Amino acid sequence: MSRTETGTGVAERPPAPKATARRPSRPRPPLSREIVETRILGVLKWVTIAFFLVATLFPFYYMVMLAVRTIEDLALDPGALWPPRGISLSAFGDVLRSPEDGGQGFLLFLRNSGMIALASVVLTLLVSILGSYAIARLQFFGRRQVNFLFLSVYLFPAILLAIPLFVFFTRIGLRGSLFGLVLVYASQIVPVTIHMLRNYFETVPESLEEAAALDGASRLTIIRKVSLPLAMPAIMATSLFVFMIAWNEFLFALLFLVENRQNWTVSLGLSQLAGSIEVAKTTLMAGSVILTVPIVILFFATERLLVEGLTAGAEKG
Amino acid sequence: MARRRRTLAQQEARAGYALLSPTLIVVLFMVVLPILWTIVIAFQSLRLRNLRTRLFDFQFTLDNFQTVLTSPGFLEALKVTLIYSIVGTILSIALGLVAALVVRKPFKGRTLVRASMLLPYVAPVVAVTFVWQIMLNPELGIVNAIGTDVLGWKESIPFLEQRTGTISILGLDLKVPLALTVVILYQAWRYFPFSFLFILARLQALPGELDEAARVDGATPLQRFWHITFPQLQGVIALLTVLRFIWTFNEFDDIYLLTQGGAGTEVVSVRVFRYLTGRGDIGAAAALSLVLALLLVVLLVLYFRFFVNREEAKAI
Repeated sequence: MSRTETGTGVAERPPAPKATARRPSRPRPPLSREIVETRILGVLKWVTIAFFLVATLFPFYYMVMLAVRTIEDLALDPGALWPPRGISLSAFGDVLRSPEDGGQGFLLFLRNSGMIALASVVLTLLVSILGSYAIARLQFFGRRQVNFLFLSVYLFPAILLAIPLFVFFTRIGLRGSLFGLVLVYASQIVPVTIHMLRNYFETVPESLEEAAALDGASRLTIIRKVSLPLAMPAIMATSLFVFMIAWNEFLFALLFLVENRQNWTVSLGLSQLAGSIEVAKTTLMAGSVILTVPIVILFFATERLLVEGLTAGAEKG
Repeated sequence: MARRRRTLAQQEARAGYALLSPTLIVVLFMVVLPILWTIVIAFQSLRLRNLRTRLFDFQFTLDNFQTVLTSPGFLEALKVTLIYSIVGTILSIALGLVAALVVRKPFKGRTLVRASMLLPYVAPVVAVTFVWQIMLNPELGIVNAIGTDVLGWKESIPFLEQRTGTISILGLDLKVPLALTVVILYQAWRYFPFSFLFILARLQALPGELDEAARVDGATPLQRFWHITFPQLQGVIALLTVLRFIWTFNEFDDIYLLTQGGAGTEVVSVRVFRYLTGRGDIGAAAALSLVLALLLVVLLVLYFRFFVNREEAKAI
């Protein structure tokens, strides 16, 4: 991304006419369409940026603000833009404590979500590194069709896939198990990660692999020792992508795990919490904060890497 | 020599299949076969309570299709799905385009602005739908608090529970599907970052020379956008239209979590879920989800036939 940024930076110098207009030695030119448009757009640009920032950030600010207020406080003053009567962190305790201690047991859900997300990352990577390497590097019959087949999977609604998987897992007794869910997540994400990784493997110079092959290295050794280290940025980006999808996922978690509270994910726990009337809205927001914070931290820490990985190949238009 | 080369090619093909086989197995067993199985289920009279006995009962029937196609509310759900996905797709791409254009040139804090704009998309769906619910809540929400205290609304508006609302413009009372509008606006808010990301990537890869040449020739900023930048974005916008439409059309989580499909926001996928969990009618759920998928294919074929020219199709 930085490469392209500097590239545009050079090309997009401040518009020339504006500079002439400000030079005092020359007579002031009449307000041309160019100047009017540039000025109006210059202002509009910042207004628009401000609008987008408020629209995207305010809901998250609101979430945190409600999480640290008490429900009585909120009912008294629902329009407040900051906590008017100090902050209270008790809602977080309520959400995190286990049910035996009168809480909602989110600590356990956090562990479940983390385990599911990590296992999905490992499984997805294992499968898609091999597959994407094959599609990027090796000539074999059906190579192009395979990629198309994978992507056409996304034509089908998740709910359609959910039905047979629901029936199947019910029958073999894996419904409600974390392993079944990981398997479902991995299979759903693999087509995308193959696509992401393949784009990257294609940019790794082939000569390096050929050199290793001449030294007598086997195919798997070449992948492990040469291609993988070179593709590390893409693999990191892909891992983050998978982690986020698995952490955020809701429909399959709902269908598969709802009857087994021990295995609930944070998303599922939160949605079930919302169903009961005696849970205060502020507690719900504390749960939302707990669900969101890990993802937001991960995202801000790795934003550049993730964006580059996701849009790799999109520049070609 | 020729013989040796052929064996090398064969070796490579064999390695290719070997490396691809885990992927193929996962996708085959977890995606392709389930899709085919859905087709079978759609023609069986299968229910959650007779799952043990009837699963391998292959007496095919069209009852499920009759049930779902003639049930009250089906056409309404179809209409809602279409409105939701068409308007939602257009809005989210338009917002993404505007957002990409304003952060195109470097400025101080740009990275942070860009990351903030991606937040709605990366945040967990359950968390963001709940925030919207509470923001729009009639008693506790900040929107109604500001509306009644500052903007002088006579009473709070239950945005997500009310089917139709009335907007008065110049003495005219316009009826709008309130909850559906709110759900579509939420959709645009949550998914514009996706379009933003891809349009921005494309914008930054555009060669600067054309724009520069047009500037020298005296084209104004708006003219340059309309005649130079925008045509070069058409490929990525066409691609986004297809992707966003597919995903919005199949969307379940957001609507289910926001309104449970109530107040005139029941899209087809929510109906499928209702058949599956509420009534335990697996056959009907499968039939309806097939109808949904088929309809999507038809719409996509129409789109490619009438709206996408050859140039754009290549980009996709």
